[in-house]
Amino acid sequence: MIKRRLIPKLLLKRSKYGNKVALVTSVKFCDHIEIGDPVSQAKIYQAQMVDEILFLDIDASRDGRDFLLTDIIHKVADQLFMPLTVGGGVKSIDDFRALLLNGADKVSINTYAVRDPGLIRKAAGIFGSQCVVLAIDAKRDKDGVYKIWIKGGEEETGLDLVKWAVDGEKLGAGEILLTSIDNDGTRMGLDNELIKKVAEAVSIPVVASGGCGLASHFVDGFIKGKADAIAAGTYFCFKDENPMQVRSQVKSAGIPIRIFT
Amino acid sequence: MTVGIIDYGMGNLLSVKNALEILGAEVSVCTQPQDIYRVDKIVLPGVGAFTDCMSNLHSKGFVEALNENVMKGAKPILGICLGMQVMARKGDENGGCPGLGWFDAEVVRLTPQDSSLRIPHIGWNNIAFNLNSPLFGGLPESPDVYFVHSYYMKCGSADNVDATFDYSGIFTAAVRKNNIMGTQFHPEKSQDIGLKILDNFLRWNP
Repeated sequence: MIKRRLIPKLLLKRSKYGNKVALVTSVKFCDHIEIGDPVSQAKIYQAQMVDEILFLDIDASRDGRDFLLTDIIHKVADQLFMPLTVGGGVKSIDDFRALLLNGADKVSINTYAVRDPGLIRKAAGIFGSQCVVLAIDAKRDKDGVYKIWIKGGEEETGLDLVKWAVDGEKLGAGEILLTSIDNDGTRMGLDNELIKKVAEAVSIPVVASGGCGLASHFVDGFIKGKADAIAAGTYFCFKDENPMQVRSQVKSAGIPIRIFT
Repeated sequence: MTVGIIDYGMGNLLSVKNALEILGAEVSVCTQPQDIYRVDKIVLPGVGAFTDCMSNLHSKGFVEALNENVMKGAKPILGICLGMQVMARKGDENGGCPGLGWFDAEVVRLTPQDSSLRIPHIGWNNIAFNLNSPLFGGLPESPDVYFVHSYYMKCGSADNVDATFDYSGIFTAAVRKNNIMGTQFHPEKSQDIGLKILDNFLRWNP
């Protein structure tokens, strides 16, 4: 039986303290705190047998600069034998190729998929749908309607949430990475209404993210939100909690998940 | 012993190479058909579409070299994911395309009976394997391995199927025939279990 997945999310940003890449956490896509080194952190997650790791360069598309990801992913892939998804500022087929050649298994696109939806089709045609993850960042407006934002939460798009997810699947995306900007870093729980809307509309897997603060939030995301996988940054990064604890709680709730004895 | 990884412009070579090197193998990336004649074992990786994969193998001249080394020379080969699928007689994707034809099999779209199950089949699923298979020696029962695919290899002969997975229906997870092996899942991405499977391939003397 296919298992639900737990995915630590490593947010990367240019360090305030010199020219290197730092691992950070964020709250509502702002308030970034530098907390360490992405490669050593990824190795810890490997030792904890997480199901996959997600790396996102969070200001690449905001700054419009070249991404830093290629080096990092290469270093990680040298040492980790598990699925790696990478994104942030990916804007072309060449970016896809560079990341895949350096050890990424899946590449997520967001801002540049909205700017040019044809990029999804092109990438899926060349590398296969299974490599193409459509990342969607959603936020409620004052009337409670979900809006899609790009450029790391700086620009509203006017796209309809469900329609964009369905269009993404039709264009060839193999997975959706759905993040609630409102809940990001708050530890108040996932936005299960948001997740369910998308999970019920598409037939590709949905990875939900934004808001996990308790192990029970993962259980809710799988049951109420119908997520296929859950990605968490703040929750895992601060080490108060770890993937093994979440795993056993998810298992106890009767949800299929990998268990290590 | 040298293991050659076929580089035909598709697939995540780096992870396969790193995994084999960690296990102590000498790895040579084969970018030209003649490189294959110099290695002892072969790994054929692959992601993407069946048709593109076959047309790349043809245009780079790999098909003839693979046939000579694998079918005539009996060199052990491991196909991974699409690298396994192209060993079939034919692929159904995009209107159909002939494969290498090493297995009496067709590559068709996954069709779980429960239509709410998602395609692609992405993530960790457990496999049931043939206890006599050299690829799975020393593994725990029903291990979880990492899959990411939308098509699977439908074999004409059950004798060729070394492992299966359940996705509301039983589908091929691994195949074997003489000196040829293939896995639908990614051993290079399946943590300790995957490394053990690759190690078994390195030790295999068909």
